Amino acid sequence: MSKLGEALKSGKFVITSEVGPPKGINMTSCLDEAKHFGEKVAAINVTDIQSAVMRVGSLATCIKLKERGYEPIMQMVCRDRNRLSLQSELLNAAVFGIENILCLTGDHQTLGDHPQAKGVFDLDSVQLIATAKGLMEGKDLAGNKLDGIPTFFLGGVVSPGLDPVELQIIKLEKKVRAGARFIQTQSVFESDKFRQFIDKVHSMGINIPILAGIIILKSVGMAKFMNENVAGVFVPDNLIKEMKETKDKQAKAVEIAARIIREVKPYCQGVHIMPLGWGHLVPEIIKQAGLSLTPM
Amino acid sequence: MIVAKRKPLDEIKEMLKPYNKILVLGCGSCVAVCMAGGEKEAGLLSTELQMAFEMDKTLPPSGGTPPGSAKQIDTITILRQCDREYIDEVKDKLVQYDAILSVACGVGVQFTAEVLNGEKVLLPGLNTTFLGATKEPGMWVERCLACGDCILDETGGVCPITMCSKSLMNGPCGGHEKGKCEVDRNRDCGWVLIYERLKKLGKLELIKDIKLPKNYGAVKRPDKIVHEAYQVVGKEEVKK
Repeated sequence: MSKLGEALKSGKFVITSEVGPPKGINMTSCLDEAKHFGEKVAAINVTDIQSAVMRVGSLATCIKLKERGYEPIMQMVCRDRNRLSLQSELLNAAVFGIENILCLTGDHQTLGDHPQAKGVFDLDSVQLIATAKGLMEGKDLAGNKLDGIPTFFLGGVVSPGLDPVELQIIKLEKKVRAGARFIQTQSVFESDKFRQFIDKVHSMGINIPILAGIIILKSVGMAKFMNENVAGVFVPDNLIKEMKETKDKQAKAVEIAARIIREVKPYCQGVHIMPLGWGHLVPEIIKQAGLSLTPM
Repeated sequence: MIVAKRKPLDEIKEMLKPYNKILVLGCGSCVAVCMAGGEKEAGLLSTELQMAFEMDKTLPPSGGTPPGSAKQIDTITILRQCDREYIDEVKDKLVQYDAILSVACGVGVQFTAEVLNGEKVLLPGLNTTFLGATKEPGMWVERCLACGDCILDETGGVCPITMCSKSLMNGPCGGHEKGKCEVDRNRDCGWVLIYERLKKLGKLELIKDIKLPKNYGAVKRPDKIVHEAYQVVGKEEVKK
């Protein structure tokens, strides 16, 4: 069974983090970033052609992480591959012993660095989860039998800050029904709103481990950029003010992230920390949040 | 209707360079409605071209190329370039030109070329863009991707394949904000439209079902439809 699955099953508060593969084949900085927190988190997400910017794939990076003894979560988006290729890539992952798969839609190709690319979106995220589940049951999407059946631990995402929230929850419920076993959320900065979201999820009878997304806030500029450009993410004024007034940006970033984690902890089963290059701060965030640095 | 927009004048001029006797062939149906290639627009384009080529004549020759030579540019508009009978009516006239600049949609250009069967060069004057409706005077909006497998009954009459920029079938992605699409913040999120419509209709439960992957093989492109009344036993289609 996936170590992430085991960690969630144990009931322990689970921490995951994330790396983004490089553009080009120099894996040093990506793997160095993972080194900062690899042994202190339950699993590491690897993004899949993040922001539609062409780069090394998720699977290759997951294999590299696994070779180093870390537990990878392979992200898969629906933008770049049709159902043949998606299923094949799922089998590829299983061949390399990668079980944790996080299924997402993917940013639109026009937002990336190859805006003239043809978008695929043959399956959507719900259908991708259902398809992976089907492979686990020994059948491909066309109903053909597999010779050698893969095991996956499937996940999905949700954006608690998006309106209408009911529409978010309807899709979340479909992901759970399709076979998702864990959920990671878009970045949370307002714990009150997150708690309200979780209440709504529970009131709809949805029961699945949810890991709250925590982006390390690096600067005032980043906060403003996200507020203007990243859907569902809102950094409130008081946090922007704190960032503005601090002399030590990294110390403040750690303090804010740790504080949000403490605030959301009672309402979720874990957190997913997105360091965006500041991976060296992850252990300190975990410490200041009062969490254990031994994930398993 | 099929919505198209005219190619930039310079691009059209470049295509027409090798030819002297040119016909601008208008189409009186969809592209007339969307003000791109009807009788009026065909006439306007030939006037524009005539002026542009005249002006070239007065410019000094560059790099040994002779100044723009005298070009004859005429115009004919037929009701539909996607129907053989209307092309046949003017076929005798069409073959008298060096090149025909069709300002029909891509269907019209191809079908006219097919009818002329290599006798004359057919050039496209428009870029064909989408199947759309007239939202307001002078504004056309895309509403159908002709997927061949309509599910509008399940989505309150708003098509997720067309109106969601990612053609998602089970709800919105995480990129919409304030009801707008991540691709263009001035464009509505198709899934928020579906949600609001179904809520009004009291049929929100329709989107709670998991929709199976779409059958993208429903249309065997390039596809063909033969009406039952025209199907002949032992033959695929009736040939005239």
